[in-house]
Amino acid sequence: MCKQMDKLVIGGIELDSRLFIGTGKFPNKKVIPNVIKSSKAKVITMALRRVDLNSKEENILDYIPKDCILLPNTSGARNAEEAVRIARLAKAMGCGNWIKIEVISDNKYLLPDNFETIKATEILAKEGFIVLPYMSPDLMAAKSLVSAGAAAVMPLGAPIGTNKGLQTRELIRILIDEIDLPIIVDAGIGKPSHAAEAMEIGAAAVLVNTAIATAGDPVKMGKAFSLSVKAGRMAYISKFGPEKNYAQASSPLTGFLNM
Amino acid sequence: MSFYNEYLKLRNFDFTNFFRKTTKSDVLKVINKGSLDKYDFLTLLSHAAQSLLEEMAQKSHRLTVQNFGKTMLLYTPMYIANHCVNKCSYCGFNVTNNIIRKKLTLEEIEEEAKVISSTGLRHILILTGESNKETPVSYIVDAIKVIRKYFDAISIEIYPLTENEYKKVVDAGAESLTIYQEVYDEKIYDKVHIAGPKKNYKFRLDAPERGCKAKMRGINIGSLLGLNDWRKEAFFTGLHAEYLQNKYSDTEISVSLPRLRPHAGSFNDIYTVNDKDLVQIMLAIRLFLPRIGINISTRENQYLRDNLIPLGVTKMSAGVSTEVGGHSSKTKSDSQFEISDKRSVEEIRRVLLARGYQPVFKDWMHI
Repeated sequence: MCKQMDKLVIGGIELDSRLFIGTGKFPNKKVIPNVIKSSKAKVITMALRRVDLNSKEENILDYIPKDCILLPNTSGARNAEEAVRIARLAKAMGCGNWIKIEVISDNKYLLPDNFETIKATEILAKEGFIVLPYMSPDLMAAKSLVSAGAAAVMPLGAPIGTNKGLQTRELIRILIDEIDLPIIVDAGIGKPSHAAEAMEIGAAAVLVNTAIATAGDPVKMGKAFSLSVKAGRMAYISKFGPEKNYAQASSPLTGFLNM
Repeated sequence: MSFYNEYLKLRNFDFTNFFRKTTKSDVLKVINKGSLDKYDFLTLLSHAAQSLLEEMAQKSHRLTVQNFGKTMLLYTPMYIANHCVNKCSYCGFNVTNNIIRKKLTLEEIEEEAKVISSTGLRHILILTGESNKETPVSYIVDAIKVIRKYFDAISIEIYPLTENEYKKVVDAGAESLTIYQEVYDEKIYDKVHIAGPKKNYKFRLDAPERGCKAKMRGINIGSLLGLNDWRKEAFFTGLHAEYLQNKYSDTEISVSLPRLRPHAGSFNDIYTVNDKDLVQIMLAIRLFLPRIGINISTRENQYLRDNLIPLGVTKMSAGVSTEVGGHSSKTKSDSQFEISDKRSVEEIRRVLLARGYQPVFKDWMHI
């Protein structure tokens, strides 16, 4: 597949990078522009709850280059109604019309509430938002998100911040096979190899925050993720040879029959 | 159901025997475990765990960074009244203490809010004593309505309310509730709360739960360390936090670890809680409840607070006055207790950045 044909398109916008990054958990906001540069990410998510327009120095938006797409998220929303209110606030605050729906009413594991997420997606998609819902990988819920007007579906690989990798691999694989929207693996990706694995099985993109933000060198880790996402994607479009449970001899024993 | 039932189950637990039998290797096993049960938690509070604080600290740091990143939420308390009808032996606001009493008018509250918000803080904690006559719920509601123009997140630390009253303050714009049981040991509770509505142990114990039911976003609990053997108090605080976290998963639960400070009053029967003990409590709580918020106030000194930053703390107060109207008022009132870390918001901000921590001024907004 040529490079041009392998563009990721969401909400009518062509994206050069299949690595989305988050802005939480960084030891200093000043490092964020350098991470965006090293990771080549173009879609940047930030919790609207942390956006402080009144404070020049503390305003996260000032650390995100203008050519990036802002993906405000509804972190802190406990139900659809709160998520909708946060999304509208985000738009009013000038954060554009992309929104990542996060509805979490479980503070222990931070697992999303798919039912409320579907409700919020439906309302916001109708209002013209480009909606990217974060969800627990479940085929029926994903189908409902498609009907509700989602622009992509973002299943978790493992609970937020755990760095445990693709614990939900088989469920995500089914979503990739069955859902006709970009599947973006969000949460749980702790290492570049996890990101590569998600891309190899056909994820359209991955979203990484904790693994980069809490790394010893976030800038270098951003680059490592960029490379792994590219490698994983390239492997996926190159199509893998079949896996076998037995070795295949390169000098077959029955070859003489064909002589 | 109430946490009281949980308390009753363990009230007569033989702590002395448990701690006597706990060995260093028991503690090591717990440190290396995934999720901990209440006896694991108690193991971390044991005497044997004292020699493994570094190991506990390493794990606590790792868990905190994983769950919260290197970030610290900053807030400040705002005392709006110190009238109090309670007779608590350890508190400066005690009704029998001859102190200068004061209650801010709504105009004074607005002035105080303006001054505090000019420091950049977006989270505020409003405090009063307990006086139905001077500071009824309607006064609190009015105060919140004034303050919300200047702050994104308002917490209250006042006397315990009914569920309906909590709903009123939530509707007015309060998003979280701080309420300390002070002491979980019911007998000591009765002894130190000599008279007044605060004598009602159970009404106070269930207040955090009523706050959860009223849809507070956050609940912050704690015991006043020094009123009883800290090991037992820390244990019940942790269990209470776990109980709330499991039962009200949509509420963010936090704990504070306030140590008794010098105050105007008569209470002298203090159980010592030294710095090492405080650190042990904090680490044990973090290992037991990795997602819980941990709060360290300016009751603690600058040196200790700075060194506690990487150990598990997620929230810190800054630029603090415990006087009513202490930021803007020209007339003096007496404070609840003496603060120890007197640094400004700007100073704390710089210390955090220098230590590789992001100061967070805003983590919520009115929606």
